Amino acid sequence: MVDAAWVIGVAFAYLSLLFAVATYGDRRARQGRSVIGNAWVYALSMAVYCSAWTYFGSVGRAASGGVWFLPIYLGPMLAMILAWMLLRKMIRIARAYRITSIADFIASRYGKSQALAGLVTLITVVGLVPYIALQLKGIAVAYALMTQMPGSATGGAAPWWADSTLYVALALAGFTIVFGARHLDSAERHEGMVAAIAFESVVKLLAFLAVGGFVVWGLFDGLGDLFAKAQAVPELARLLSLSQGKAFAYEQWFALTMLSGLSVLFLPRQFQVMVVENVDERHLKRAAWVFPLYLLLINLFVLPIALAGLLRLGAGANAEGFVLTLPLAAGHTGLALLAFVGGLSAATGMVIVEAIAVSTMVCNDLVMPMLLRTRRFQAAAGSDLTGFLLAIRRAAIVAILLLGYLYYRLAGEAYALVGIGLISFAAVAQFAPAMLGGMYWKGGTRAGALAGLGSGFAVWLYTLLLPSFAKSGWLGRDFLAHGAFGWELLRPEALFGLKGLDYLTHSLFWSLLCNGAAYVVVSLWRAPAARETSQALLFVDVFKRTAVAGPVFWRGRAQVADLLPLLGRFLGLSRAQALFDEHARRRGLAHRDALQPDAQLVQFVETQLAGAIGSASARVMVASVVEEESLGLDDVMRILDEASQLRAYSHQLEQVTDELKRANEQLKSLDRLKDDFMSSVTHELRTPLTSIRALAEVMRDDAEMPAEQRQEFLGIVVAETERLSRLVNQVLDMAKIESGHAEWHNSDVDLRALLTQAVHTTEAMFRERGASLSLQLPDALPTLRADADRLMQVLLNLLSNAAKFVPTGSGRVELRLDADAAGVTVSVQDNGAGVPADQRALIFERFRQGGDALNRPQGTGLGLPISRQIVEHFGGRMWLQADAAQGACFCFTLPWQTAAQPDETPQGDTK
Amino acid sequence: MSHKVLIADDEPNIVISLEYLMKRAGYQVSIARDGQEALDTIRRERPRLVLLDVMMPRKSGFDVCQELRADEQIKDTLVLMLTAKGRDTDVNKGLGVGADAYMTKPFATKELVAKVAEMLGAAP
Repeated sequence: MVDAAWVIGVAFAYLSLLFAVATYGDRRARQGRSVIGNAWVYALSMAVYCSAWTYFGSVGRAASGGVWFLPIYLGPMLAMILAWMLLRKMIRIARAYRITSIADFIASRYGKSQALAGLVTLITVVGLVPYIALQLKGIAVAYALMTQMPGSATGGAAPWWADSTLYVALALAGFTIVFGARHLDSAERHEGMVAAIAFESVVKLLAFLAVGGFVVWGLFDGLGDLFAKAQAVPELARLLSLSQGKAFAYEQWFALTMLSGLSVLFLPRQFQVMVVENVDERHLKRAAWVFPLYLLLINLFVLPIALAGLLRLGAGANAEGFVLTLPLAAGHTGLALLAFVGGLSAATGMVIVEAIAVSTMVCNDLVMPMLLRTRRFQAAAGSDLTGFLLAIRRAAIVAILLLGYLYYRLAGEAYALVGIGLISFAAVAQFAPAMLGGMYWKGGTRAGALAGLGSGFAVWLYTLLLPSFAKSGWLGRDFLAHGAFGWELLRPEALFGLKGLDYLTHSLFWSLLCNGAAYVVVSLWRAPAARETSQALLFVDVFKRTAVAGPVFWRGRAQVADLLPLLGRFLGLSRAQALFDEHARRRGLAHRDALQPDAQLVQFVETQLAGAIGSASARVMVASVVEEESLGLDDVMRILDEASQLRAYSHQLEQVTDELKRANEQLKSLDRLKDDFMSSVTHELRTPLTSIRALAEVMRDDAEMPAEQRQEFLGIVVAETERLSRLVNQVLDMAKIESGHAEWHNSDVDLRALLTQAVHTTEAMFRERGASLSLQLPDALPTLRADADRLMQVLLNLLSNAAKFVPTGSGRVELRLDADAAGVTVSVQDNGAGVPADQRALIFERFRQGGDALNRPQGTGLGLPISRQIVEHFGGRMWLQADAAQGACFCFTLPWQTAAQPDETPQGDTK
Repeated sequence: MSHKVLIADDEPNIVISLEYLMKRAGYQVSIARDGQEALDTIRRERPRLVLLDVMMPRKSGFDVCQELRADEQIKDTLVLMLTAKGRDTDVNKGLGVGADAYMTKPFATKELVAKVAEMLGAAP
């Protein structure tokens, strides 16, 4: 027996230590150096699963049922090892859509439904009250054991105002508020709390191991000795076997394992630490084995302690208190205090996290939606609501703890601790179909979820909760024995005649059956509405959608001037402004004033708001300040299509980027060529301009210039102007052909007629130079599909070149047309000086002119390159004959199957 | 005493206009139509200033300028580079090879004449 003052003193000291750890964690978080961004802390925080149940309940269970305490821990171990992928998806969804509680998760998934949010919250509150009562009971029992003589009755007989447990509940409420409801965080992160939880996980593990070690090696001579002594006693030997002397109840083992496996996912405190407080998805991998390991370690000594207690203290002692009474009986008060602290720690951790999680749900998903309906609340637009929300949360925390105390008073004696806890497990298990279905089945609808949850909850109430009241004497026991209204088939523990199952398995079976069946049937009955479909897509496909910007399922009109104050009401104006600024930055804008009130901004605001007041309420609030157009199913599909096209495009873009990288060098060199081309063009253009300008200025400034000279100069100006025009036209022509923007007007060309016409056109030029032009044509020829004008351009170019370069007076040029199966060949042979060897390659380059540099005839240097481009456009080839005997012979071929398409215009693709 | 000015450009019409301008300004004018001819004429006639086009056959204006500066006997000839190439790189290159001034075509006649006068005026 320990002095009460000691016990209370140590308790307070420990809680203050926890508070200090939490404050430190919060301070570090504010400084940006989070202590919880660490996989170990994350994994340890999950151990909040182990509450007073572990410390006291398990040992008690082991003492009466042997290894039957195990399934409660096997379930979570299996769940973590096998289902961490499930958890990862939950985390991804929660992070992407700023979901802060289970109620929010379910409500958001099924179309941001306020009804669902309320129902889930209700189930949670009702379901968890027994669990909180369990913790209070554990603390009460522990305290009593520490401060009273062993064997005396535990508390519960005192009137409520003198019941120390009440004050314990209130004290815990106070601590919880201090830990988690000092300010609103739009992400619902409580870094200090998580740090404290991780710390207390370590403390409770060490304390339990210490007691276990003491028991096994202090009181006995090791495990072997202990088990040998236990085997010697027949009742205890029974505990060691699986069958417990009866047939092994497989179904019960299975049910318990499954139940606890589900609970590790769906208990509000587990959701809070595993999903909401998660900072990095990758921490999950570590947690997937650390948490099961923790569970293994903390359960290592449960059975030994139970056996030791039964051996030492007899079968009549309160087994749940063995962890304290064994050290006390051996005179080790220090160890007993340590164990007490461990148990207190376990209970406190659970209560704090659970109460915070539940109060968040109550505030966001129960109270807020109701308040939003009242006109007075909406009318108070513009006022800062952060203080109000905080007050609601704090009130909820106190209320939950008081409810827990109430249950403890009313029904705490009915079951052992473990029994009470299992009732709560069965309640949160009702979330399984709606949540799991919601994450993997797009067909789940809001109506289905409502039906499933409603029916599951009702069955749970009837088969578990009410019987617990009845067994405590607060309800008549008649309905237990004979069913409601006297109908035997409705006996709560043998519904429809299903006998032979223990009450828990029975309840679990019926509740999950009704739940699941209602969910599936009602979901399939009617198609989901547009909003449900869009949410379903966002949830089920979250891994596909969060990589690229997801589709925005919103349409309507909004104003920034409305959205910013709205966010400010719930998060505080400065924080709202900061969030807007960050959003603007992320979208590449300088300041939040540059933000356009588009669908993306509205969705951003709604998401941020959801973190503070839940997605259902957020939707309502946003809808109140914007003009939203209701989305039909078609709209959802269309938006989705656009988004998936965008994704496809971005994927294609990624591939193209790789190709572009490879082509980069090539582009650079082309760029250099282009620069040279531009440089050449400007040079060529500026040259005639220079003469024009200079001569014009000269004529302007010299009024007394002789008329002859003036005429000469004017002649030059005119000629240079013409040269300039020609050049500009050719450059444009060249550019158009090369870029594929030229117009091609194709027809069936009679080549014989074309060549004849070309000869006629150049007659005058040849006569001037005293040169002769002969024409050689085949007799008959099919027509060729090409652009006649362009071909004429080529012919004229070649002919005029020839005319320029033949010697005056004795020039001879022959124009020849040949045809064969593949196509036609046109050749222009002249008897001029020919092209020198070093110029053969250059001749087809832009701005290069052949011939003697000093006697270069007037030309632009672009004729041949353009001609070549034209010929190549039609699939042909142009070249300078290599072995011409004398002079130059320019030839080109055109295939019969030219590349011409009918009337290509720049609108289509020409090349 | 009138200075000797050499016009080196392959474009006949530009030569015509430059010749007129320089003659009107009172200088003695000679003409070269490619780079090599320009150097030969410089060596032979020792003009005080050269109006040097860059884009010429056989030797470019840059080459002429470089060789000019490298030749002891003619390295002090004043060089005014004239060209249609106006990019910064070209200007720098021209000044880099030793041109005394650089003007882009098309030029304003008044400016050209003034520049030439300035360059010749400053010369001893």
